[in-house]
Amino acid sequence: MAARTRWFLFFATLLALLPALPVPEFWITQLNYIGLYATVSLGLVLLTGVAGLTSFGQAAFVGVGAYTAAFLSVNYQISPWLTVFIGLAITVAVALVLAAVTLKMSGHYLPLATMAWGLSLYYTMSNMDWLGKYDGILGVPAMTLFGLSLASGRSYFYLIWVVALLAAVGVVHLLDSRTGRAIRALKGGVTMAEAMGISTYRYKVLVFVLAAMLASISGWLFAHFQRTVNPSPFALGKGIEYLFMAVLGGVGNVWGAFTGAALVKVIEEQLQDWLPRLFGASGNYETIVFGVVLVIVLKYAPEGLWPHVEKLFARFLPSRQRVRDWADAAPLPERSKPQRGELLLDVDRVRKQFGGLVAVNDVSFQIRTGDIVGLIGPNGAGKSTTFNLVSGVLSKTSGRVRFRGEDVSALSSREIARRGLSRTFQHVKMLPDMTVLENVALGGYLRSSAGTVQAMLRLDRAEERQLLREAERQLVRIGMQDQMHELAGNLALGPARMMEIARALCTDPALLLLDEPAAGLRHKEKQALATVLRQLKGEGMSLLLVEHDMDFVMNLTDRIVVMEFGTKLIEGTPAEVQASPVVRAAYLGTEH
Amino acid sequence: MDFSIASILALDGVTNGAVYALLATATVLLFAVTRVIFIPQGEFVAYGALTLAVLQTGQVPGTVWLLLIMAAVAAVVEAVDGLRQRRPVGLVAKGAVLTLAVPLVIATVAMVAAPMNLPLVVQALLTLAIVTPLGGLTYRLAYESLADATVLVLLIVSVGVHFALTGVGLLFFGAEGYRNPSFWDERFNAGPLMLTGQTVIIFLASAALIVLLWLFFERSLYGKALRATAVNRLGARLMGISTVQAGRLSFTMAAFIGALSGLLIGPTTTVFYDSGFLIGLKGFVAAVFGGLASYPMALVGALGVGLLESFGSFWASSFKEVIVFTSILPVLLWRSLRDPHTEED
Repeated sequence: MAARTRWFLFFATLLALLPALPVPEFWITQLNYIGLYATVSLGLVLLTGVAGLTSFGQAAFVGVGAYTAAFLSVNYQISPWLTVFIGLAITVAVALVLAAVTLKMSGHYLPLATMAWGLSLYYTMSNMDWLGKYDGILGVPAMTLFGLSLASGRSYFYLIWVVALLAAVGVVHLLDSRTGRAIRALKGGVTMAEAMGISTYRYKVLVFVLAAMLASISGWLFAHFQRTVNPSPFALGKGIEYLFMAVLGGVGNVWGAFTGAALVKVIEEQLQDWLPRLFGASGNYETIVFGVVLVIVLKYAPEGLWPHVEKLFARFLPSRQRVRDWADAAPLPERSKPQRGELLLDVDRVRKQFGGLVAVNDVSFQIRTGDIVGLIGPNGAGKSTTFNLVSGVLSKTSGRVRFRGEDVSALSSREIARRGLSRTFQHVKMLPDMTVLENVALGGYLRSSAGTVQAMLRLDRAEERQLLREAERQLVRIGMQDQMHELAGNLALGPARMMEIARALCTDPALLLLDEPAAGLRHKEKQALATVLRQLKGEGMSLLLVEHDMDFVMNLTDRIVVMEFGTKLIEGTPAEVQASPVVRAAYLGTEH
Repeated sequence: MDFSIASILALDGVTNGAVYALLATATVLLFAVTRVIFIPQGEFVAYGALTLAVLQTGQVPGTVWLLLIMAAVAAVVEAVDGLRQRRPVGLVAKGAVLTLAVPLVIATVAMVAAPMNLPLVVQALLTLAIVTPLGGLTYRLAYESLADATVLVLLIVSVGVHFALTGVGLLFFGAEGYRNPSFWDERFNAGPLMLTGQTVIIFLASAALIVLLWLFFERSLYGKALRATAVNRLGARLMGISTVQAGRLSFTMAAFIGALSGLLIGPTTTVFYDSGFLIGLKGFVAAVFGGLASYPMALVGALGVGLLESFGSFWASSFKEVIVFTSILPVLLWRSLRDPHTEED
């Protein structure tokens, strides 16, 4: 059993024993609140720390859960075990609306919308007669489970902590899965994720909805714990406090949510006691401390306190090394490959204009299966733009691209990736805090299907093993198997480029587009890369590469397309291109 | 509703809209130059109104102490940084003195002038002098060292600053609300409409400030430097424009606009230590209407928010906030359909 699992079980057991021990009621209540808060912050860890979005409206989602539970159980005597799902349904509906109107735009519109939503809901709750206005709803019944009453704080403790820990385990499982990698890819910008076939919009919506659901469940628990609801715990200020908990504890880590919730709850209690005495008047002075601490944490410890806790206990918490259990996994399905010599890519007069500037001027060329085609030209010739037009990253002003006989001109990069065209980037795009293996496994996204719920319940392990086996196979292919467990952020530029190639190969492409694969590589590394690419060609792979290193291009390619000022100059075999006076003129200028 | 009620509501809406327009302008300015989504903009509004209210009672307002504390902390932080970077001690000391000089002068004047019961206009000017430097100091303490962080991090810093400034407001001004005397008690009648002197001042001051800002950005070198920083920070830096100075200048302007807005609305409504937040956020909704980028669209948005609020409070008074803040959703939807590009951070 891994050390981390042992520690988790140790703490879970400790928590389970607490109510049976003579712990004062005060601390049980505190722990109950900490569990409730941690469940909400957990959603923010997922949203802010992992996906790079944020929300100030989590308290409002807690309110939706709480008010639904209170209203239905008080007025219609509906069982809490039913109201939780009604609350979740309402929460999901609201979250979907907020996500739909904001997530297609840049990241800061979501928090602004959640802020407006938090305020609106607060004023709605405070003014609706049937929600009891500022007094709220009183007399919420206690929960019962199989006839057992959960009225006491000590018995309710179990429900709160079972929910909180299950949620934490679910999120930990989720992050280490196909869906989890897709969510983590959101922070690395959309272009790479989309090129791997990931719908970034869909996953942004998913994360926001998941975070809202965690908040809603916490609200449901809250209503039956307090036995009364009123608007004040769901105001915007509380929403900001949840974010504060996540940031303070460590927004990038599941256990940071628990650390933050515990710290804020305990410190808040002390401050509310001491500050009014210090200032000689009552009021919420703790906000001054929270605000200042929040700014200081973001300045000096942006990753929060949890990573420091981990460092302190590093001896007892060895970093998690992935167990290699995928050796005997079945291979992932492969797509049918085109026949050698078949017309694979047909670029027909593609054009890109940025205002008055023609970056790519009606360029046409073709690639047949099994060919390595080089795209060369002086700086600014429009090579990378042509690449982006072919792979769907940029939209074309005019012209057609046919891939395997199908017109893909109007398709997004994600759809083109799905059809078997994969690419690397001129500036390496990777996820530095994932291992090399996980980065490469991202390429296998389209070849697998396990979803969120499967991942949380660990029902995706068979497929996960297949994915990791495939990722490892591609790493072996390019000779990087020894660095498999290294964090991608620790790689030098050369190996990082190689890793991108492995990731692209992991998508099982029919055509591979490499944007300056040899840039920044040392001589030996270049030779190794050329060997790998020849080997790929031998296996029937087709390649299009943009490259500046002439030796590399001339020795490797079958045909070369030369571009200058956005226009195709000539096309031919390396020997023809080398002999061409136009190409010389383009690179070196002409004699007068 | 008949015409006279509608026209009264419209006048009311446009009056509030004029103030929201000022705040929206400040929001757009800050976002463009520093990429900071400045949630605490409204706190300066409350500080402005309440500082004047306390001066009216002949006492020294707490914002004076806040000014001194923030200047002292800024001076210490900068001195420590300077010494760490092994800059000459003389230069570091000079920097600290410069940081402290202006706030000290303002605080001294405020303490001497507070009990003198000076005319309202002089007190208003004093209020502007006290609150305006808080903007630059806020930037120096909270944002400057994070200037290259993501928009998301800067936004979270903003809520931290909002929390702190609201709490400080409670500490210095108490939970009680204040209503300032009107700057001009004249009343004009035009049909069913009654125009108070204060309304006229609000219109004139807003219009004047917007024209001044326009002249500043179009005609002055500093204004052009700010615009350059907004377009491209690195490019501006290469042209010798200090992005640090641009940040401090724009925050100072934002605080000035906030304090002025506070002076303008002070006589029309009771202002509490936390009133600024909602007022500021309404300026925000207006700024979002312009995509946090366009000044003219933000002005249109501000008038829209003002009108929505006044008509909303007529039809469903207790839901006017709900109406105003929910209106951001259709606006966002419209923006999302119009310009659906997700920009890469």
